[in-house]
Amino acid sequence: MSELAFFIDYSRCIGCQACVQACEECDTHRGRSLIHLETIERRDSVQTAPQVCMHCEDPICAQVCPADAIKQTAEGVVQSSLKPRCIGCSNCVLACPFGVPKYDGEADQMMKCDMCYDRTSTGRRPMCATVCPSGALAFTTIEEIMRTRQGRAVNDWQFGDQHVRTKVFVLVPTEITRVNVAVIPLSSLSRSRPPADPYDVASLLEVQ
Amino acid sequence: MARLPASIPDLVAQFGPHLNREPAGGWTTRGEPDRIVPTHCCFCGQQCGIQLKVKDEKIVGFEPWEEFPFNKGKLCPKGVKRYMQDEHPDRLLTPLARDEAHGFQPIDWDTALDRTAREIQRIQSAYGQDAFAILTGASLTNEKAYLMGKFARVAVRTANIDYNGRLCMVSAAAASKKILGIDRSANPWSDIPKAKVILVAGANIAECAPITTDYLWQARENGAKLIVLDPRMTPIARTADLFIPVRSGGDIGVFYGMLHVMVQRGWINREFIAAHTTGWDAVEAIVERYTPDYAAAVASVPASMIVRAAEMWGPAETSFLLHARGIEHHSKGVENCMAALNLVVATGRIGREGCGYAMITGQGNGQGAREQGQKCDQLPGARDLENPAHRAYIAGVWGVEESSIPHTGLSAVPLLEAVHDGRIKGLLLLCFNPAVSLPDGDFIREALGRLEFFTVIDFFMSETARYADLVLPGSLMEEDEGTTTNVEGRVIHHRQVVQPPEGARQDWRIICDLAKRLGAGDKFAYQSARDIFEELRIASKGGVADYAGITWERIDREMGVFWPCPSLDHPGTPRLYEGWQFGHPDGKAHFQPADWRSAAEEPDADYPIVLTTGRVVSQYLSGTQTRRIGALVDQYPQPQCEIHPRLAGSLGIADGDFVRVESRRGALVVRAQVVKTIRPDTVFVPYHWPLDRSANNCTIRAIDPISKIPEFKICGVRISKAPDPAGDIAALEPSAGGVR
Repeated sequence: MSELAFFIDYSRCIGCQACVQACEECDTHRGRSLIHLETIERRDSVQTAPQVCMHCEDPICAQVCPADAIKQTAEGVVQSSLKPRCIGCSNCVLACPFGVPKYDGEADQMMKCDMCYDRTSTGRRPMCATVCPSGALAFTTIEEIMRTRQGRAVNDWQFGDQHVRTKVFVLVPTEITRVNVAVIPLSSLSRSRPPADPYDVASLLEVQ
Repeated sequence: MARLPASIPDLVAQFGPHLNREPAGGWTTRGEPDRIVPTHCCFCGQQCGIQLKVKDEKIVGFEPWEEFPFNKGKLCPKGVKRYMQDEHPDRLLTPLARDEAHGFQPIDWDTALDRTAREIQRIQSAYGQDAFAILTGASLTNEKAYLMGKFARVAVRTANIDYNGRLCMVSAAAASKKILGIDRSANPWSDIPKAKVILVAGANIAECAPITTDYLWQARENGAKLIVLDPRMTPIARTADLFIPVRSGGDIGVFYGMLHVMVQRGWINREFIAAHTTGWDAVEAIVERYTPDYAAAVASVPASMIVRAAEMWGPAETSFLLHARGIEHHSKGVENCMAALNLVVATGRIGREGCGYAMITGQGNGQGAREQGQKCDQLPGARDLENPAHRAYIAGVWGVEESSIPHTGLSAVPLLEAVHDGRIKGLLLLCFNPAVSLPDGDFIREALGRLEFFTVIDFFMSETARYADLVLPGSLMEEDEGTTTNVEGRVIHHRQVVQPPEGARQDWRIICDLAKRLGAGDKFAYQSARDIFEELRIASKGGVADYAGITWERIDREMGVFWPCPSLDHPGTPRLYEGWQFGHPDGKAHFQPADWRSAAEEPDADYPIVLTTGRVVSQYLSGTQTRRIGALVDQYPQPQCEIHPRLAGSLGIADGDFVRVESRRGALVVRAQVVKTIRPDTVFVPYHWPLDRSANNCTIRAIDPISKIPEFKICGVRISKAPDPAGDIAALEPSAGGVR
């Protein structure tokens, strides 16, 4: 039996925010939620996506930190900035390819998901992955995931020239072994949407 | 407009809703709890297991309860934040009496109870026994639901008791009883992932029963196909294999259109139908007319969708149908549910692993609270109030003459109508907020203002309690002990976690104290909630909902026990109808014919748009509890009107504009949320908010002739861009009915 790991399956997310509410309840978070729930485009769709810290093996946030304030535990959990060292420069905020770290003005430091370190270090599962009612977030073994889910769990990412391996896995279609995040040219954004929008209820009703 | 003892802003300032944002003692000093108590969430019929943390005899947080098999630690945001209703600044801590000059003044318990009993007697001697009514709720434990039914029939001796489950489960219940013979989901949830095709009709599972999502997704991982019927593309519908954006009230078109195709292609189980059912011929005769084109016109969707649905559902090896308020909240709610059940029974795919049917109960004890005899036509054990044998058995349990038990009374909506026209003069209300939750809100609030005497038992000052002469501070679920019955029919144990705060009392003790004052103390001599459960076991024995073999110890040991469970050595019944033994005396399923008919109010030239109502994930029912929890209010602070860009554009409405939604009965002003995820002929407003933000100002006071459920899901409205709301009400916090 391998060790417990964190898995995200974006296709399961229902946007209920149980993760956001539960994150506040982790004892060391003290009422501060550190998970992000993105609403993709509410006008067009109810699609949402949860984003925890992916806990990179060689964290970019730590690489770019001029104050050496971002540390990794022996288990590979990347922590919030060390308060005495953090200078609030937000390099980490800008550099993270997943958009995870945020500068917290009140605390005057970078705060981010720490995989509920106080819980996982004592054998409990992170709050968000325990309560998530859709199974979009799961903290379990890779064997259990392979037994119960379709698709493949990957933790290899390509962002342009940058290759990243993360502690957290995402579930993707079986044919994919590495998530390749392509650069989208700005010019393509202005292209008009296809006329038959599969998520527009009006166009669904017009299908013959 | 009905009278209140003080202005609404004054009442809100004194009694809330205010928002609780921090656990008792604050975030930083929480520390290690003194104990962690496994119990259940009080919000919604899923009844998830949850552990509450206690420090210094205060509830300070929660810990997931991963061992409880139904939800395995999973929770929705309401469950996560439920503990924030404890130690709440709005908590009522003394009986209050209406004071025309000042709103409400504290009085002592004896005075309040004496006066309530005296007024019950005065009204009954002046106007007749049934002129005093009782309204209760489906968030009560089984013990309290049982107690309220007995209190009405034995202590108050009024026919007029009903409950807010009338707004929730009754259409499903009636259809299930008529066709299958038992009012309960047919299967445990563990059957859902074993089905090869799942049809979800009128159920916004992601928001109203979030825990069920994982069961659906597990089925999908196992290769199941998912069909969803809803006028809105809900989060479940978004990734369904087939989403059918049916018009509100058009569901029968889809069900019978599917059946039509299935008959033609030989996907009906005629062997099963011949051996185990009655009434198929009448259904088949109706279905014959539901060609894909006719069905499509009824449902207002492309015919190809209906054919596709039949192709997925018809030949499947295993299947599971789930439905909820979307098809039930109609003046033809029972017929909608019967059509859905006909679709299940025609395949014979019921009563075995991975094959079945479930109604998704919405209220905390939506299942159990409708079995214990607090409905206007029912006795404990889901017995019939008009069945002489049932009456005689319960009379024996209660130690009263059979003839002394009143006959069928008025259901919730007609009961409020009787208040409005003066036939009912007095009301005792527990666990119900009709000022927000009943349709035609202006009429309902006017009725409440006409009562000669009105006592409310609640832990917060609900919008309804503002109309009361006396408000008695009751208890939260975690301050009392008892059982509920979850969506699957699994009877579970709510443990007492803390004592009620000083000044508040457990609801059952208040009722027993009142019974004593009404001269029925010997029939209500309970020393504990467990005493009530022990009597409930006897009262339910031999009934359909038989709890005789269920004990609190068994529930704890077995993580819940499914009824019927007639004896201590009976294992309980997770799956009904095994071996195709149905609940009717002949052991068969009884098909029920029901043709489509129009709603009480279809859109017309004056009110051309369909209004449909429902919930959001962060709020529960009328919001008495959840509009007081800061984190939940922040998640979705105020109601919005979901409107398709095509309709919005034609009305000159942009996202975020204030809009006036107006029906023949009333109006509300909220902001527009322009989304492509709704039919262009329909708008949606969630109903959890009061006053000028109440969706029920517009809804229609039409009820199903059998179930008496109100038609919350369709009425005609017109919509226009509105100026920024001004005045005292608009200036309130959104959780109190204001708007931003």
